[in-house]
Amino acid sequence: MLWVNVKRIIRSGFLNFGRNAFVSLSSVLVMVITLCTIGALIFVSAILNASLQEIRDKLDINVYFITTAPEADVITLQKTLESMPEVALVTYTSREQALEDFKKRHENDETTLQALEELGENPLGASLNVKAKNPAEYQGIADYLSNESTLSTDGTSIVDKVNYYQNKVAIDRLTSIIDSAERLGSVLTVVLIVISVLITFNTIRLAIFISREEISIMRLVGANSFYVRGPFVVVGTIYGVVAAIFTLLLFYPITFWLGGATENFFIGLNIFEYYTTNFGQIFIIILLSGMAIGALSSYLAVRKYLKV
Amino acid sequence: MIYFDKVSKVYPDESVALQDVTFGIEPKEFVSIVGHSGAGKTTLVRLILAEDRPTAGQVFFGSTDIHSLKHSEIPEYRRKIGVVFQDFRLLPNKNVYENIAFSMEAAGRTDEEIESDVPHVLELVDLGKKIWNFPHELSGGEKQRVAIARAIVNQPDIVIADEPTGNLDPVNTYEIVQILKKINDLGTTVILTTHNKGVIDSLGRRVIAMEDGKVVRDDRQGRYSI
Repeated sequence: MLWVNVKRIIRSGFLNFGRNAFVSLSSVLVMVITLCTIGALIFVSAILNASLQEIRDKLDINVYFITTAPEADVITLQKTLESMPEVALVTYTSREQALEDFKKRHENDETTLQALEELGENPLGASLNVKAKNPAEYQGIADYLSNESTLSTDGTSIVDKVNYYQNKVAIDRLTSIIDSAERLGSVLTVVLIVISVLITFNTIRLAIFISREEISIMRLVGANSFYVRGPFVVVGTIYGVVAAIFTLLLFYPITFWLGGATENFFIGLNIFEYYTTNFGQIFIIILLSGMAIGALSSYLAVRKYLKV
Repeated sequence: MIYFDKVSKVYPDESVALQDVTFGIEPKEFVSIVGHSGAGKTTLVRLILAEDRPTAGQVFFGSTDIHSLKHSEIPEYRRKIGVVFQDFRLLPNKNVYENIAFSMEAAGRTDEEIESDVPHVLELVDLGKKIWNFPHELSGGEKQRVAIARAIVNQPDIVIADEPTGNLDPVNTYEIVQILKKINDLGTTVILTTHNKGVIDSLGRRVIAMEDGKVVRDDRQGRYSI
């Protein structure tokens, strides 16, 4: 019997959805707005996370050596650093390589190249680029570099400078900007989601208000609460599914259009690519949110009229 | 079958709808309840349907005190009663077939029963041709016949018709009353509320007259006079 009832409720829900086409359409459109807001939250947090990740990846320490530093000492330091557990990677750039890179960077800059020529010798020192496994460990590595191993064999420091301290301020500031942007963005979107869920709830309540007479008739001919409420919950769920499909289709041109802009503006995240690669996940989030909001709103909205 | 025991109903705004009403209705009876608007006829119906609770007294259906039923037991109870309203109260989004099928579905009948009983009951009220029409495509008399078909399809113990002819012309009124008589002849108790003199006089059955929430007369073979 339960199965027969469920079948009847579902069929009746689909019929009601179709027969109240105008009410259905407006409810679906309102719900599309809600789901777009939820989708926006997903994209905004993806962009901010990608930016944060990108900045963290850019974080490293460069150790510049004086031009007279013996190569063997630099290599020894590289070995020592590599043996430290918190260090992920140490890249050695020799003086010759540094000069090469410099020339390449300035190949269109006649004056600079001429000045270099004039100098006669290589003014650049060797350098080590250190990447830590965890951004929090840079402080320790930088401290180690400036205290412990600055002495070469003859007692004078071979380290010219460690750039961590200059970059640190900029990196910290950027990180905190992104952090607060993320927090602000999340709060804003949560507020927007709450507002649009309430609007959806009210729209569905209005749609059911129209049917209050119907609900009381059903009660008077002896239908129990489950049987009266069922079709409304089904209709609410259908609103959710249809709105989710609309929303996902809508995201396609929107993200495509915004894709190039986000790629240039933020650090390398194209939201169109993000959308297409994470489509499965976004699909499920949007679909389930839509179904849950629709079904729950209907369930709650009918309750008021079931007292008959 | 139905027994009102010293029933009073006072609405929250202090208006008295029923005052110490006592009467009983036997199985297979055809009872008309007459009175002016506001005499308490509709309140009686609402109490029988458990839409409202009495302020004092008890209403019995058989041996059950209707208002001691739990909220979840009310649907089951209502399936024993068929109701016809003045304003028809059909489900606007369902066609004639579905309107009648709905009350059968609510009563937990099988698809086979529904498929065979719905056309049958529509033949009974002479609406076989309008089976797929929606309520807004029907005339008042046709709507009321659908409502009657819905009321009797579950073979209830009792049919309550609350001013069923109030919105109908004389020809349709006559037809509806004939159908109600037929239902009663087939063994179902019928309670009819009305203020139509012609209907009462043509019936020649028991009449309970009400005034200001009180039963003022109860005649076995009554005529309309207030």
